[in-house]
Amino acid sequence: MKHIATGIISAAILSIAATAASAATLDDVKARGTLKCGVNTGLAGFAAPNDKGEYSGFDVDYCRAVAAAIFNDPNKVEYTPTSAKDRFELLANGSIDLLARNSTWTLSRDSSLKFNFTGINYYDGQGFMINAKKIPGVNSALQLSGAAVCVQTGTTTELNLADYFKANNLQYNPVVFEKLEEVNAAYDSGRCDVYTTDQSGLYAIRLSLTAPDDHVVLPEIISKEPLGPLVRQGDDQWFDIVKWVGFALVDAEELGITQANVEEMKGSANPEIKRMLGGEANSKFGTDLGLTEDWVVNIVKGVGNYGEVFERNIGAGSPLKIARGLNALWTKGGIQYAPPIR
Amino acid sequence: MASVNAIKDDGDRTSLIYNPVVRGIVFQCVVFFGILALIYWFVRNTLDNLARAGRDISFGFLNERAGFDIGQALIPYSSDSTYTDALQVGLLNTLLVAAVGIVTATLVGFIVGIGRLSGNWLIRKICTVYVEVFRNIPPLLVIFFWYLGVLAILPQPRESFHLPFGSLLSNRGLSIPRPVWGEGAWLVGLAFVIAIAMTVFVARQASARQMATGQRLPVLWINLGLFVGLILLAMIVSGFPLSFDVPVLGAFQTSGGFAIGPEFLALYLSLSLYTASFIAEIVRAGIRGVGRGQSEAAHALGIRSGTTTRLVVIPQAMRIIVPPLTSQYLNLTKNSSLAIAVGYPDLVSVGGTILNKSGNSIQIVAIWMVVYLTISLLTSVFMNWFNTRVALVER
Repeated sequence: MKHIATGIISAAILSIAATAASAATLDDVKARGTLKCGVNTGLAGFAAPNDKGEYSGFDVDYCRAVAAAIFNDPNKVEYTPTSAKDRFELLANGSIDLLARNSTWTLSRDSSLKFNFTGINYYDGQGFMINAKKIPGVNSALQLSGAAVCVQTGTTTELNLADYFKANNLQYNPVVFEKLEEVNAAYDSGRCDVYTTDQSGLYAIRLSLTAPDDHVVLPEIISKEPLGPLVRQGDDQWFDIVKWVGFALVDAEELGITQANVEEMKGSANPEIKRMLGGEANSKFGTDLGLTEDWVVNIVKGVGNYGEVFERNIGAGSPLKIARGLNALWTKGGIQYAPPIR
Repeated sequence: MASVNAIKDDGDRTSLIYNPVVRGIVFQCVVFFGILALIYWFVRNTLDNLARAGRDISFGFLNERAGFDIGQALIPYSSDSTYTDALQVGLLNTLLVAAVGIVTATLVGFIVGIGRLSGNWLIRKICTVYVEVFRNIPPLLVIFFWYLGVLAILPQPRESFHLPFGSLLSNRGLSIPRPVWGEGAWLVGLAFVIAIAMTVFVARQASARQMATGQRLPVLWINLGLFVGLILLAMIVSGFPLSFDVPVLGAFQTSGGFAIGPEFLALYLSLSLYTASFIAEIVRAGIRGVGRGQSEAAHALGIRSGTTTRLVVIPQAMRIIVPPLTSQYLNLTKNSSLAIAVGYPDLVSVGGTILNKSGNSIQIVAIWMVVYLTISLLTSVFMNWFNTRVALVER
């Protein structure tokens, strides 16, 4: 019923008060004292409550980085758990300032849904997971004709799935749920033969299954899934801030600025580092953006650089152990590349 | 003139404020225009804000390609169909589960309701426990119970339970043989229609005869014989044109036969059993509402207990039962929107996907509300008609 409620609430909000669609989001956030960030209801490594009940993860750290840039305090975030289905409505009606919920950047979401993706914080692709014990001998998605496929509704995944099976002339039976937990439970109980979502998600979900070792992720990647945070259209300043927080994270990694050494890096003689950390005389980079001059220092102090965020949440330092792959810096064979701060 | 003034003066001895007629009209006008202004303000504000947010509220998007597949569709549907087709698939699924749910809930509800008044201690207690259990659990939990607690723990398709008549039961649902009618099957259909017509005729004759002579015919047996005999005869004449498409185990799921998904089963069972507990109470109240003297009088006339219930008590109880029964039917239909929890593609589930994909939330919510309102009003109209039929004929 949540989506009905969301729809009605959004209708109610629209009917009673002008939304902040075109107002200055930054001013609202500053006045409120917290950033309202939409995250996943629970996807290990990306956004899930930890044992203390606090949200943590790769996407959560993006919210924290934005909060650090604005308030110099990464904890000033109010998290809204969003399902795949209600996430866009919540952003459109102004209930959240920013959506960081492994959402795929597509044309229609930019144009017809009227959002702006601020960048790509994770290059992903859609894959398939099967229970190798229950259906042995399957090592390609092309052998899945006739299978029941569990999928979350309202995702690009659901649409790619339809396209892929149609293109390859395969039959399948979609079993569609609204919430990630419901899909997980259905797949785990054997209701479906196949689980499909972004590959990063499959690795995360596999950890939460009863017998993770029984399940294998098939090699096929059937789509490009560039995941990134997004904001509403109509507020360029806010769009710039969220966008450049992402770039700052990547640039910090490229220049070797880490959570541990950011203070001493302030004294660096390297003009690029100096400029980035607000050490250049009379610089206005931060203030022009609507923030303070030490905004990058605050971000890195708050959450670390892109590489640190990756390793801590989903990379080698986490149970997921996802390789950097495409998400390595462009200087290291990946495609993570950020424009310069100058 | 003078006389008119005199009368007027007489009536207006007190101030206009205290004149009940004037006051009534004034207040009604105030309320009427107040509500009108409120509606205008709401609509105006909504449109203004939608325009400001750059959002369109036309329904043109319904002709776009849907792009997603639906697991259970009663009409041909593929990802190339339009949003309108998808909504129709959802609507039909809603109507299907509501219709079969209402029939089952009514049957179970009547049996349990009468059972609660049974003289047999065991039957009475079983029915009481049934009502108390299902009535006191939220319907969503009942759905989860059936879906995750009962159907999900059934074996994999490969190890399906083999039920009678070649049916297979697994965690992918129930597969039953599908009748395939061969050549000459029209004869069987014809026999069926004739049998129905003849049973109606026999029933009328029997009741006319009972009215005239007091003698009763064994109508049930005659009609049963008619049905079985006629259809059997047609089968023999046309050379048994009926074969069955029996489900077989496939690589991933059963193929062939008629498959009923666990999502539908879970929703159908939960809604029927949940609503049946309320119907049982309504039936019990209805029967209790018929004066004790009625059955005592029937017994005194030597009418047997079963016949008393069927011919004396139930017809009178129906007057009390039907109005609240309507509410239960409406509840069941509306509760079917809980389908989303188990992934049954009903109207709300499919609409939600479209809402998310196209971003047209206002339109989709409007469609939902209009559709449910229409279904509910139609159900009410039918039940009101039925109510007038069973109502006490006042003489």
